[in-house]
Amino acid sequence: MGKLKAALVAATLALGTTAAQAEEPAKFGFVYVSPIGDAGYTYQHDLGRKAIEEKYGDKIKVSFVESVAEGPDSERVIMNYAKSGYKAVFATSFGYMNPTLKVAKKFPKVAFEHATGYKRAANVNTYLARFYEGRYLVGLVAGKMTKSNVIGYVAAFPIPEVVRGINAFTQGIRAVNPDAQVRVIWTNSWFDPGKEREAADTLIGQGADVLNMHADSPATIQAAEDAGVYAIGYNSDLSKFGPKAHLTASVTNWAPYYVKRVEEVMNGTWKGNQDTWDGLKEDMVQVAPFNDAVPQDVRDLVEKAKADIIAGTLHPFAGPVKDNEGKERIPAGSTMSDGDMLGFNWYVEGVVGKLPN
Amino acid sequence: MIGFEVETLIAILLGVARGATPLVFAAIGELITEKSGVLNLGVEGMMLVGAVAGFIAVVATGSPTLGFFAAMLAGALLASLFAFLVLVLHTNQVASGLALTIFGVGVSAFFGLGYIGTPIKGPQAIHIPVLTDIPVIGPLLFGHDIMVYLAFVLVAATAWFLSKSRWGMILRAVGESHHAAHAIGYPVVMIRFFAILFGGAMCGLAGAYISLIYTPMWAENMTAGRGWIALALVVFATWKPGRALIGAYLFGGVTILQLNVQSLGVDVSAHLMNMLPYIATILVLVLISRDETKIRLNAPACLGKPFRADG
Repeated sequence: MGKLKAALVAATLALGTTAAQAEEPAKFGFVYVSPIGDAGYTYQHDLGRKAIEEKYGDKIKVSFVESVAEGPDSERVIMNYAKSGYKAVFATSFGYMNPTLKVAKKFPKVAFEHATGYKRAANVNTYLARFYEGRYLVGLVAGKMTKSNVIGYVAAFPIPEVVRGINAFTQGIRAVNPDAQVRVIWTNSWFDPGKEREAADTLIGQGADVLNMHADSPATIQAAEDAGVYAIGYNSDLSKFGPKAHLTASVTNWAPYYVKRVEEVMNGTWKGNQDTWDGLKEDMVQVAPFNDAVPQDVRDLVEKAKADIIAGTLHPFAGPVKDNEGKERIPAGSTMSDGDMLGFNWYVEGVVGKLPN
Repeated sequence: MIGFEVETLIAILLGVARGATPLVFAAIGELITEKSGVLNLGVEGMMLVGAVAGFIAVVATGSPTLGFFAAMLAGALLASLFAFLVLVLHTNQVASGLALTIFGVGVSAFFGLGYIGTPIKGPQAIHIPVLTDIPVIGPLLFGHDIMVYLAFVLVAATAWFLSKSRWGMILRAVGESHHAAHAIGYPVVMIRFFAILFGGAMCGLAGAYISLIYTPMWAENMTAGRGWIALALVVFATWKPGRALIGAYLFGGVTILQLNVQSLGVDVSAHLMNMLPYIATILVLVLISRDETKIRLNAPACLGKPFRADG
């Protein structure tokens, strides 16, 4: 027995050394919260992963695990990557925050990248997209295309991130159409196609002729298509779910960020404790191709606003901005700070109703 | 606040019917299974398997009818697995049913992997010239999709079957006292087997309604707990088909109502509103449970008890 054990240990050691001696490709791991599918939040992250593969080819090996539940499950997956000699791990969902930090503490040599979180460490970076810039641009389209001046919004949870999107969208709408109002329905779920559908149908029933959403299924787009009204997608171009209804979408493009970080890891310049919040300027936020129904002047308007945001001359939350109870929140001449935006907990003028708390 | 218009009201009522229909199918299926004395907690799993099978069939053939048949077949197939476990191997029904749900979630996700995000064109609401165009009443009576009407037919047929037909009475006898039914010479295991299969087929149909009509797409776990609501509805209805229908519409109604209240900007917590359908369900369950005779008269006496021919 003892001999066998010794032989096994020797064999394992020998295997280990040969593997280490061979020029192994650097390994990068991705952790996804949902299946990749072919649209949506995880799909966009996976496009970023593919961009890395395309750029580095055989020099690297990129793996991913999909549908990883937030919490202990994700810790196991992240830990497994770190233990297996991965150079960097990209944890792409908010709920991976504490597991990522926990594993990072045990593996100080591995680089960790956590999307949408706010806790960092010497070997943990966070990154987020300025989704709201895209929301503002598609708001311009919605404001121009609505005839009923009622615009519907199917939203998941009343958290600052979602509220910020609703407000930026409304600011875009009101910039071109001060009479329009936005009605919001909360589904209290990131993913419940049935409920999203019900919410969208309800908004349409109340006269909304353009819909936008912040939830993970394309049910809102389908509802709009069936009812013959317009809709705007989020995360991905969702036009195939409603070829007639889908006007455009605010899209997230993680590829440039992933390519940059992988490059840093490869050449040894990667640093931790960094927070990234990129937007239109860095191409992390994009606007999907327009539907034929969107007239040229509206497209020009969006292009102009996009250029202005990139140039820094336009900010979706530039004062004066009132909340929907008439109180001035951002005085004229100033813009909302990043910190205030990250904690958004009030509706801008034009949104109907009261924010649930 | 903007006043309610007729169009809004019609939209609400159409939405209620869409939300209630899958619940009706699943609840009726489970009701028949339970009337035979078997408790199958795998409703959610069977719905998901039906949803994915129906979806794949429609992608492959383009025919919604085939989709619904495939869904019924898949639901029944999964149910037959459950039937084998509880009727032949005499496993615990609660544990087996729970396992069936977990298995259904996984197996549907596995087969559906290549279909996430594939768009399909589901069957549309019917439109009968002249009739559907009658203001207000037209769309309400003649503007639904075909499955909404089938759900009503199913409820009526089930009510008739259970109370008036010979086989319905035999089914109930098996559920009330399997030993007595066995002594008279009825094939208890066979009857339960078919009751479970029927339950599976109806749950499959309910799932396909969600993946083909309600939200024409496939996504993992897309039934989002509706199977459990259907299970609760059976108790809520005290095992009576007509009450299951009312319960499903009540649940659908409260759901749609809370969405409307939200979007009109009424100052009520969204969280509270989202709880309303569930609170309503619990409230009715409590009220029903207070009346012990009601439960005792209608609940199958042998519900959940395993049957051995020699015992």
